[in-house]
Amino acid sequence: MKSITAQKPLDELLENLGKAKMLFVVGCGTCPTVLGTGGVEQVSSLAEELRKKGKQVKGSMVLPVACEPLPLDARREFISSVKGAEAVLVMSCAYGVRAVADYLEIPVLPALNTLFVGREVGPGVFVEECSQCGDCVLALTGGICPITMCAKSLFNGPCGGSVAGKCEINTEVPCGWQLIIDRLATLGRLSQLEEIIPFHNWSTSPAGGPRRYSIE
Amino acid sequence: MKAGTNLERVLEAGQFAVTAEIGPPKGGSAKVIASKGEMLAHAADAFNVTDNQTAVVRMCSLSACGILKQLGLDPVMQMLCRDKNRIGLQSDVLGAVALGIGNLLCLTGDHVKFGNHPSSKIVFDIDSVQLIAAVKMMRDEGLFISGEEIAGPTPMFIGAVENPYADPFEFRTTRLAKKVKAGADFIQTQAIFDVGKFARWMKEICDRGLDEQVHILAGIIPVKAVGMARYMRDYVSGVEIPDEMIQRLEGAKDVQEEGIQIILEIIEEVKLIPGVHGVHIQAVGWEKIVPEIVERAGLLPRPMM
Repeated sequence: MKSITAQKPLDELLENLGKAKMLFVVGCGTCPTVLGTGGVEQVSSLAEELRKKGKQVKGSMVLPVACEPLPLDARREFISSVKGAEAVLVMSCAYGVRAVADYLEIPVLPALNTLFVGREVGPGVFVEECSQCGDCVLALTGGICPITMCAKSLFNGPCGGSVAGKCEINTEVPCGWQLIIDRLATLGRLSQLEEIIPFHNWSTSPAGGPRRYSIE
Repeated sequence: MKAGTNLERVLEAGQFAVTAEIGPPKGGSAKVIASKGEMLAHAADAFNVTDNQTAVVRMCSLSACGILKQLGLDPVMQMLCRDKNRIGLQSDVLGAVALGIGNLLCLTGDHVKFGNHPSSKIVFDIDSVQLIAAVKMMRDEGLFISGEEIAGPTPMFIGAVENPYADPFEFRTTRLAKKVKAGADFIQTQAIFDVGKFARWMKEICDRGLDEQVHILAGIIPVKAVGMARYMRDYVSGVEIPDEMIQRLEGAKDVQEEGIQIILEIIEEVKLIPGVHGVHIQAVGWEKIVPEIVERAGLLPRPMM
């Protein structure tokens, strides 16, 4: 499982940076390194691009796991390397941006967009299979999530836009309900499709407000 | 009678029903709706108003249906799951009851990607099958989805749509059965051009005995140009137009007349298919042709119920 990210356009980064001239760039040694969106190479090339646009890059660092708290010593070292910078650009998912922001009292800005949590299904190919809604329906749908895999999140699909196994929004996108039907056919459980899946409880999803969990 | 609307009475009397679609304007003019209603009044039993069809913002279906109701017409209010959550949807059902609107057509809705606000957030709190079930519960049990009681009755004749041409074909009957189980009283289909495939689907419907539980209205879209036919064939998912039909239009001297002729033949054929209880004519942007089609199809005058 990886947090999937993609670089924001340089113009957007410059707009977000505003007048800040002296910068520090942070990468992440985990998901963004694997994906090639925030590893050593991407951090140095972003620093280079920023310099070309008249910014000064005081330094950069690729944290081993940007979203996890740095040990105290490493944290002190990180804070002292950043000293003097007016803003920090973080090439990680939003969790890394949040963690870095906790160490500093200057603007910490995302250099990447956080897209989804994905599973690698083939070399370098990641797919989103769960929307983390907090009320799992996989038992009703052959183990394939209709909320995530159907473009309309239908519980009783497919809609009229399923053509030759593909979704109407894009011929590259498989119809989630076709996947569900195929899987239920394999399992010999097509009769499950006759049942109406009831109203979903969204109160456990982001719609119910920010979520938090503590280990007892 | 569930709602006692004109459409329900026509269908329950075993008459071959005709409904016509009225597209609301991209503006707030009541006159546009009223003049379309007046133009079509004698040619159909009920008038179906789209709800921000193809994800393009237009006057809301509720208001447009209210205007038709004031003219003494029987509106069918379309309702999508794309733009409102269960609170908004149930509230609109109550608003429809207040205006005397008694037919409701529950749909999923086109993806926002195809409309004029592709960056908007889609809702899909509930889906069309669940919406049908919700309206049935409101009507038959007097309860909201939450289980709370509704103050007063919610008489509604509940409609749903189905696309016999979408995939997987073998699942389309099951999905229709699900909608009937959820509470659909009538079904409007996607436009029929390939009558043979539609007849095969209808046979499955009849074999399962669904034709005894629900009224099926075959969707009819008049085609007035070759380009329109090609566009629908190539870009509207779930619409299948046979090549011979396109060739026929291409070879015609008067394409519009040929298009009408094709539609009249389709109406004639679907009338004979067991289980088909009417037609729903969607003359998108060409509403004025509807009276002529209905007349030439021998479906005038409409029954006085």
